[in-house]
Amino acid sequence: MSGTNSDLTEQVLRTSGVNVRKCMRCGKCSGTCPSYGEMEYHPHQFVYMVEKGEIDALMKSSYRCLSCMACVERCPRGVEPLKLIEAVRLMVVRQQGQNHLKADQIPGLLDEELPQQAIVSAFRKYSK
Amino acid sequence: MQMNEVSEFKPKIVAFCCNWCSYAGADLAGNNRLNYPADVKIIRVPCSCRVNPMFILRAFQRGADGVIICGCHPGDCHYTSGNYYARRRMTVLFSMLDYLGIDRGRTRVEWVSAAEGAKFAATMNDFVETVTNLGENKRLGDLRCRK
Amino acid sequence: MQKIGVFVCHCGTNIAGTVDVRAVAEALKNEPGVAFSTDYQYMCSEAGQNIIKNAIRDNHLTGAVICSCSPRMHEATFRKTAVSAGLNPYMLEIANIREQCSWIHKDTAAATEKAIILGKAAVAKVNLNSPLTAGESPVSKRALVIGGGIAGIQTALDIAEAGFKVDIVEKSPTIGGKMAQLDKTFPTLDCAACILTPKMVEAAQHENITIYSYSEVAEVKGFVGNFSVKIKRKARYVKEDVCTGCGACTEKCPQKKVPNEFNLGMNKRSAIYIPFAQAVPKVAAIDPDYCTMLKTGKCGICSKVCTAKAIDYTQQDEYIEEKYGAIVAATGYNPISLEKFDEFAYSQSPDVVTSLEYERLMNAAGPTNGTLLRPSDGTHPHTIVFVQCVGSRDISGCGKPYCSKICCMYTAKHAMLTREKYPDTEVYVFYIDVRTPGKNFDEFYRRAVEDYDVHYIKGMVGKVAPSADGKLMVQASDLIADEQLHIAADMVVLAAAIEPDKSARPLATMLTASMDTNDFFTEAHPKLRPVESPTAGIFLSGTCQGPKDIPETVSQAGAAAVKVIGLLAKDKLTCNPCVAHSDELLCNGCSSCEKVCPYGAISYSDKEFKMPDRTIAIRRTASVNAAVCQGCGACTVACPSGAMDLNGFSNRQIMAEVDAICR
Repeated sequence: MSGTNSDLTEQVLRTSGVNVRKCMRCGKCSGTCPSYGEMEYHPHQFVYMVEKGEIDALMKSSYRCLSCMACVERCPRGVEPLKLIEAVRLMVVRQQGQNHLKADQIPGLLDEELPQQAIVSAFRKYSK
Repeated sequence: MQMNEVSEFKPKIVAFCCNWCSYAGADLAGNNRLNYPADVKIIRVPCSCRVNPMFILRAFQRGADGVIICGCHPGDCHYTSGNYYARRRMTVLFSMLDYLGIDRGRTRVEWVSAAEGAKFAATMNDFVETVTNLGENKRLGDLRCRK
Repeated sequence: MQKIGVFVCHCGTNIAGTVDVRAVAEALKNEPGVAFSTDYQYMCSEAGQNIIKNAIRDNHLTGAVICSCSPRMHEATFRKTAVSAGLNPYMLEIANIREQCSWIHKDTAAATEKAIILGKAAVAKVNLNSPLTAGESPVSKRALVIGGGIAGIQTALDIAEAGFKVDIVEKSPTIGGKMAQLDKTFPTLDCAACILTPKMVEAAQHENITIYSYSEVAEVKGFVGNFSVKIKRKARYVKEDVCTGCGACTEKCPQKKVPNEFNLGMNKRSAIYIPFAQAVPKVAAIDPDYCTMLKTGKCGICSKVCTAKAIDYTQQDEYIEEKYGAIVAATGYNPISLEKFDEFAYSQSPDVVTSLEYERLMNAAGPTNGTLLRPSDGTHPHTIVFVQCVGSRDISGCGKPYCSKICCMYTAKHAMLTREKYPDTEVYVFYIDVRTPGKNFDEFYRRAVEDYDVHYIKGMVGKVAPSADGKLMVQASDLIADEQLHIAADMVVLAAAIEPDKSARPLATMLTASMDTNDFFTEAHPKLRPVESPTAGIFLSGTCQGPKDIPETVSQAGAAAVKVIGLLAKDKLTCNPCVAHSDELLCNGCSSCEKVCPYGAISYSDKEFKMPDRTIAIRRTASVNAAVCQGCGACTVACPSGAMDLNGFSNRQIMAEVDAICR
């Protein structure tokens, strides 16, 4: 379901239910993000990119986000940047027609060092 | 426009608004150009406690389909305790009206402050919709008062 | 039958754009009682008012209906017009066909029909109007100022200078408020105490000002010009008129573990204390929660040490009652509690402080005597991070939705003063926006950046984590560099949002003054009447009305004082003539009305009546004090015999309006 950027933007906004206009560009989401260094695009940029319609770029690079929801918790405007990422991932899944990861693949990939949150968030991230 | 689907019934709604809060809230709704149906006509009273049950009975007698009383929020009455009296009186009155066959949906008490223009408009929209759905009021109407 | 004139205003296109004003004038011409009907573009203009006046005179009109904007807008204007044409001002009614008609409805036909109906209702009402004369009530020439901070003090000084008596009621043992806790004030960087204390002393010494410190307002009755207030003077256990303020008691008191509120709990004071050295009045007070003598009956050292014999452990709370013509609310603000912001580790590390606590740390009379030291280990901080907007501009539910206005400026001040005093200390300020709206404010902030080398970074601190080596790991975003920063700070200062003092809401209920959802007092009009409450006789001064800095507070305090002076300068206030009255022939003396009156305006007396059979009967009947009655109408509904009615909104008038609407 690849469409023009404005189609995708509209789909992302509708799926996520986020009002991107509420963002006051404070940067607290990025300040809180634990995987900031790993990401190509950072939480404070997601919102602006969606507003400008740069969904394609986001679709190529949304998996470094841990889905830990710290940005959702800390945002003083209730913007919920994570929901945008989840919506973008949904676009990816719809485009490629299948999930990134299947449930029965997971036990094989588990590492003892892996914190519980990473497993839960991976499940959320990769299966839609 | 599907003429046969849309109801032609336009209810007559009388709204009693207290001068200090709800009338000002109604003015604010106007200042902000909000919309609600023209079926609502407002009578200004100094306080919601001025509203005598007789006025409401009179309204229904003369053909009103719905009556709403708006006052200040409890605790904020300009005259300190007026809205408490209004609340108590209307509770008793509406229970009596219900017994007489005037559906509970045709009467309402709403607290609207002077800063709540949006709430005023929303309340009126909701009330008019409720009364329109209930249809024309046939109880307590005095046939001598109809043209 | 009345001879009513109907005047329909176009209000430019505000009404005429949606309502067919000609049709309204035409339709109302045929109503019973209407002798004249016309329309005009701007009825409130001089030309419009002349039309009304001429019509009244030429047609000998006995009443008028103006179909125009809201009566809340121009009722007073048109009433004056009526008076100048020789018509009683209460023979005039307004039909609101703008705010409640043309501005609401888009359909021209529906709006015009509604305007006609509203006009008919107004005509029906005027047909039953009687001319009313306004009564008068006296004015107590004394003002009450609730709150003794800079706002309350300034208002009191201005009122007192005009020659009126003022009482200041302040709940802490001294006046001065938050400004007494400040070190230096922006943008001039003068010492807060140096500019405040002369005003405090002036207030104490002014012959027209009485200060009730350590006191609270317990009850307010009455109405504008005639308030009756009960003030609770809390027991200090020290005789105020005898104590010399020498402080010997505070030195010798053995109970030294009380958290010192003046230094926000960062150091301790004794159970008997003088809040700070420049306190006014300079009188000690005993904290009953910590005093050994008051709790167990053992000690009494302060009493032995006091050479003035001022200590009195038997003192009780005292209540006094006073009459006032006007009341000013000046209750001030407090920083919010930071319990919903644990990401900043405020409760985990003593080195994370609020800006007000930082102000005390910098102050020479503060807990560290003016040397900036880390509260945890008393060492010198080399890196300080300031976090802006903690709890302000926050609609997530944890903080306040508004901007607290003063924080950008006071943080620039803190940063600048820190860099000036300690050039080896690095200072970072993380901001969302820098708001510098006053005179010389932006220049001040730029000096902090350009001359004092404060690192202003656009971004936000995400979290602060205390680390094992005693430092604070600050993780923040730098939006312009698109980086996440990790700074090892020695101290973190949080610019917490400010909120109104907790005593404001109960006070608002006592005064029947309205408040908004953030507990700030609402003003009568946000632009045109910013220092008056909608409740007549109540005025607002300072941050209790909204966040503001000292220059604005002092301006507003002066404005409130002027409004009070305008009120107190009158010898009499014209009362609202729309008051209740009782028909003594119908009154059965049941007292139902007396019980519901919020103002105590109704009283009963025995009257003589001549009966039809020539005997004299004595009956108990109600009478209303027109000066006290505020015209709410509660009594009219409570009256079982229909004897009680309200002038200007009589039963018959309202029923006539109902009839006109339902026709």
